[in-house]
Amino acid sequence: MTAASEKAPEKPSEREDLPPVPHGHVRLTIDDRVVDAPQGELLIRTCERLGIVVPRFCDHPLLDPAGACRQCLVEVEMGGRKMPKPQASCTMTVAQDMVVNTQMTSAVADKAQQGVMELLLINHPLDCPICDKGGECPLQNQAMSSGRADSRFVEEKRTFAKPLPISDEVLLDRERCVLCQRCTRFSRQIAGDQFIELLERGAHQQIGTEETAFGEGEDFQSYFSGNTIQICPVGALTSASYRFRSRPFDLVSTPGVSEHDSSGAAVRRDWRRGAVTRVLAGEDPDVNEEWIDDKTRFAFRYAQSATRITRPLVRGDDGELHETSWTDALERAAAALLAARDGTGPAPLDADGEPGEPKRGVGVLPGGRLTIEDAYAYAKFARAALQTNDIDARARAHSGEELDFLAAHVAGTGLGVTYADLESAPAVLTVALEVEEEAPVVFLRLRKAARTGTAVHHLGQWSSPAVVKTGGRLVRTAPGREPEALATLPDDVAAALATPGAVVLVGERAAEVPGLYAAVSDLVGRTGARVAWVPRRAGERGAVDAGALPTLLPGGRPVDDVARAQLASSWGLADENALPATPGRDGGAILRAAAAGELAGLVVGGVELTDLPDPVLARAALREADVVVSLEQVASEVTRYADVVLPVAPVVNKSGTFRNWEGRDRRFATTIDPSGGSSGRVGGTAAITLPDCRVLDTLAVEMDVDLFTQTPEVAAAELGHLGAARPTEIGPVRGPDGSGDVDGTDGSLRLASWRQLLDGGALLIDEPELAGTARPPKIRISTVTARRLGLVEDAVAGLEGPRGSLHLPVELADLPDDVVWAPARVPQAGGGVITLAGLGLTHGGPARLTGGTTDGSAA
Amino acid sequence: MTDPLTPVLTKHWLGPESWTLRNYTELGGYEALRTALATPPDDLVALVKDSGLRGRGGAGFPTGMKWSFIPQAKPGETPTGPAAKPKYLVINADEGEPGTCKDVPLMMADPHSLIEGCIITSWAIRAHFCAIYVRGEVVHVLRRLHAAVREAYDAGHLGKDIHGSGFDLDIVVHAGAGAYICGEETALLDSLEGRRGQPRLKPPFPATAGLYAAPTVVNNVETIATVPSIVNGGKDWFRTMGRERSPGPKIYSLSGHVERPGQYEAPLGTTLRELLDLAGGMKDGIPLKFWTPGGSSTPLLTDEHLDVPLDFEGATEAGSMLGTTALMIFNETVSVPWAVMKWTEFYEHESCGKCTPCREGCYWLAGILRRMVDGEGTEADIDTLLDVCDNILGRSFCALGDGAVSPITSGIKYFRQEFVDLCALNAGQQRHPEVDRIVELSGASA
Repeated sequence: MTAASEKAPEKPSEREDLPPVPHGHVRLTIDDRVVDAPQGELLIRTCERLGIVVPRFCDHPLLDPAGACRQCLVEVEMGGRKMPKPQASCTMTVAQDMVVNTQMTSAVADKAQQGVMELLLINHPLDCPICDKGGECPLQNQAMSSGRADSRFVEEKRTFAKPLPISDEVLLDRERCVLCQRCTRFSRQIAGDQFIELLERGAHQQIGTEETAFGEGEDFQSYFSGNTIQICPVGALTSASYRFRSRPFDLVSTPGVSEHDSSGAAVRRDWRRGAVTRVLAGEDPDVNEEWIDDKTRFAFRYAQSATRITRPLVRGDDGELHETSWTDALERAAAALLAARDGTGPAPLDADGEPGEPKRGVGVLPGGRLTIEDAYAYAKFARAALQTNDIDARARAHSGEELDFLAAHVAGTGLGVTYADLESAPAVLTVALEVEEEAPVVFLRLRKAARTGTAVHHLGQWSSPAVVKTGGRLVRTAPGREPEALATLPDDVAAALATPGAVVLVGERAAEVPGLYAAVSDLVGRTGARVAWVPRRAGERGAVDAGALPTLLPGGRPVDDVARAQLASSWGLADENALPATPGRDGGAILRAAAAGELAGLVVGGVELTDLPDPVLARAALREADVVVSLEQVASEVTRYADVVLPVAPVVNKSGTFRNWEGRDRRFATTIDPSGGSSGRVGGTAAITLPDCRVLDTLAVEMDVDLFTQTPEVAAAELGHLGAARPTEIGPVRGPDGSGDVDGTDGSLRLASWRQLLDGGALLIDEPELAGTARPPKIRISTVTARRLGLVEDAVAGLEGPRGSLHLPVELADLPDDVVWAPARVPQAGGGVITLAGLGLTHGGPARLTGGTTDGSAA
Repeated sequence: MTDPLTPVLTKHWLGPESWTLRNYTELGGYEALRTALATPPDDLVALVKDSGLRGRGGAGFPTGMKWSFIPQAKPGETPTGPAAKPKYLVINADEGEPGTCKDVPLMMADPHSLIEGCIITSWAIRAHFCAIYVRGEVVHVLRRLHAAVREAYDAGHLGKDIHGSGFDLDIVVHAGAGAYICGEETALLDSLEGRRGQPRLKPPFPATAGLYAAPTVVNNVETIATVPSIVNGGKDWFRTMGRERSPGPKIYSLSGHVERPGQYEAPLGTTLRELLDLAGGMKDGIPLKFWTPGGSSTPLLTDEHLDVPLDFEGATEAGSMLGTTALMIFNETVSVPWAVMKWTEFYEHESCGKCTPCREGCYWLAGILRRMVDGEGTEADIDTLLDVCDNILGRSFCALGDGAVSPITSGIKYFRQEFVDLCALNAGQQRHPEVDRIVELSGASA
């Protein structure tokens, strides 16, 4: 070594006292600390890993860098020379032997940051005491950490009218905005909803919409708008539901899991005085990253609804429901169910007025929103206490073919295709799954995947927003013809699905099309693509694995002698034949049997009759059944028919696990424990209710059966102990025997349909602002069809079914000709809903449109 | 230097109907194009590099080097990455720098020199699409350019297989919407793409991901209009003008208190003293007080700087920048704080809003200056002005913020006393009005 090189400071990458720089990394110095960082990492991230907090506003790890706010300036030295200007650490990537001095070690960086902070505050209203964000505000916090104690600004502040409604739910205070563009970048990059933009320039620059810019135009319409509120680093974006309701430091924050869909999204529930005040997205990189949809975020008031049931009710001799004690209600329910099970109830009178064949047996309809523990309790209650396999958690269109599919591809399969798999998949095909409407968090991941090269194909009828926002690859088919479309996929799509890592996502609506589940099964067998089942509701996947289906016992076991004996033994039943031997009736068959006077009783969980494929049949069944026991959180249509109503706890008042579509267990602890619990912060009005598993356990005890599901923890332990036991031979997925084809010769249209995310569902009650952000329901037809029927865009058309009609404005879209699309469920202005099922219409079935100038539908 | 003027770009400006293709061609126009189309593109890039031509838009970046950054397919290889994409040439004709008036008269008087330059440059960088982004306010220029482009198409200088060379080129004349920021090359590209004009994050630089994320050269009008003369005259001829590191002629646009304001094309390195001689001296003989060498974004200079050679190096050594060689010349009658306020109001109005320092800083600076000019400033305001400038300079996203503080910092540097004197007007208002009221009540003022 020469004397000169001895004097020169050694480059950290060449220092011999340090291990060699790992491959793909660089070695740099930050605030005199040597650190290795992966190539391409942003300086601000490297600083974070070192525990150095560089203040920032526009930076967000899940958004592309912007470099707009300039709050994160640091001093950078490259090749022994200081860069002349401080650099934004949120846009600059690490480099070998770079020397970085943050505000901790550089007076220049510190002054630059203080200068930017002072500038950010000159036009800020400084209204922290009345701002929702006060107490959790990055601007407030960083003004304290990186700002001057006082301002030198004495000129007049720029003012704006406020608040500006961006949508019914999202309000904008432009004076508080620091124009970091997180919201606009989220909308553009993550959600793909480009209704919110920067307007004007200079100090008049502001966030706005088409409507705020031009006085008219479309509102900010997005299922993900709430995320912009959460990532807003100031109080500029607020929600109508939380605005001025509380201070963050008065709230208790409890991690939880979304109960609104099968995503398993992590959420954070903030609550006080026994009630949730807001729901935020939780952070889980494996699942929802940091995003949730607006339904998950804003629909939480149902737990405090005036229609909540908090005391047991029994129907008295006057025909009305009356509050009673738990003891009384359980005794009455148990006695009635035992009589129904054993057929010892009063026999119905036949046509001649003579006592006929006695009704016998009880069917169980648990609904699709249960935790896996609760679903397991229902499954066990049906088998052990009611001695039946007549149980079906599918409160929607369903089929025997679906049961085959679930047995073959879903039940007991554990963690399958994951969100990460979607992101890295070369190609994805969605089948009977309108992913933005039915699984919004999955949609976000698909969109992310599409942005990085995944080809996302959709089997559907028209280029819906989800198709457009995930790259616009539609395999268009007439409704009902999906199985043929899958059998004859375009070559490029079939080839893409044969690429290793390709995924087929199939939605629960596949049950609406005979042969579709079989076609999916065939497709994945043919191409080698992996398949995942993405149901809508949070409890569907758990219900499959817990055995809340007529043909599947817990853990994916078929109803066979081996499984029955195994379960009987595990459940401590003396008789190995104690459990019912034959597969049960599915949901539709249960209702038909009850309506026909065959079944004597029904145990109903959280089921909306309007969600069922035949609500008229369901009402008849509930009317005809001798005993209806309802386990509900809020009064529903079932309550009208119930003989005993047992209140159960909403998700915030219990612990449990949602098994999401991936098969991932999403455990959550009790958010608010009304009985006191460890937090000791109870007050207010929270009613004490119990989880379904506890209620069923107690009910079973009254029936002289032990379920051992007193708590979710105990139920989960037992289910876990049982484990999965898939049969070695998986049966085929059997499609329909004959062609389920609709005769199209009568000139009618074929109906295509799916549910929209915000459509007046049971959990949306008391959320008017959220409902205001729903997509307007419309009837969609092709231009050719419209011309044939004499309909024009925005004209109101009537969709006619056997049991009534639905009138909606027409929108033209790229559907196949002679197909009409309408949302499956449309809330009505005066309350209530119209469902296509209620009108007697089905996806793939015939329908007629009226209202045109020519009555082409009958031509 | 015997004749101080070196008319190259401006040579034909005073000729009759100089803007027509016929007259341009008669005077030797489009000769360079034929030479260029017979020259391998790489040789053209080398020629311009060797000529020492530097960008005339203000920053003075070597033009040939900029062209050589465009990734090109290697002979015999299938190109990948940016080299596989189409290349674009974009002409920055969004002349908006206060005081600048060179590109607009050039495009009015001699649009074909620009078009010929565009074709030669496109050939050199292998672009088949060229856009000329003109600021929207100058409708007369837009009309003239459209007509000239049409003429060039009709003459076979544009379109498919230009003069049998097999080279295709289309030129589109695009009208901007009149935002100063769109003179910043990446904001210009966003605006050209139909987006909101705000500067882009760099890297990637336009040379690899410019217009539509494809390799793009963005050059100023004057730069590209110079190219045909270099092709005709050669690099050695070009270097006979100007100085070693800043060769060639330059259009100096003189405005303000001079007898004959206008465009004077002289070699780079010409001094204000020489230019004033050309322009007939200061108007009415009233002495010079201050001036800008290249628009309001370049720090102002004073009568001490009359002999500063106005080239890229000379202006920088004098503590300013050459900028667009828009010399705004002010005599003794003009108040520096007032002029600085007017300039600052321009930047306040034109700040794009993307970054905090420029958006909020210009708003604040303009507010302080207005108050000072109204006689309500204090000496503390001068320190605040300088400190706010320090918090903008080098902290903003693009150079707009840097330009915005130039008049203020240089104005206070050379004329601090004028700002202090303004504050003296405010002496009676220094006290809080409440103090005056109390004094009055106590009779102490009597």
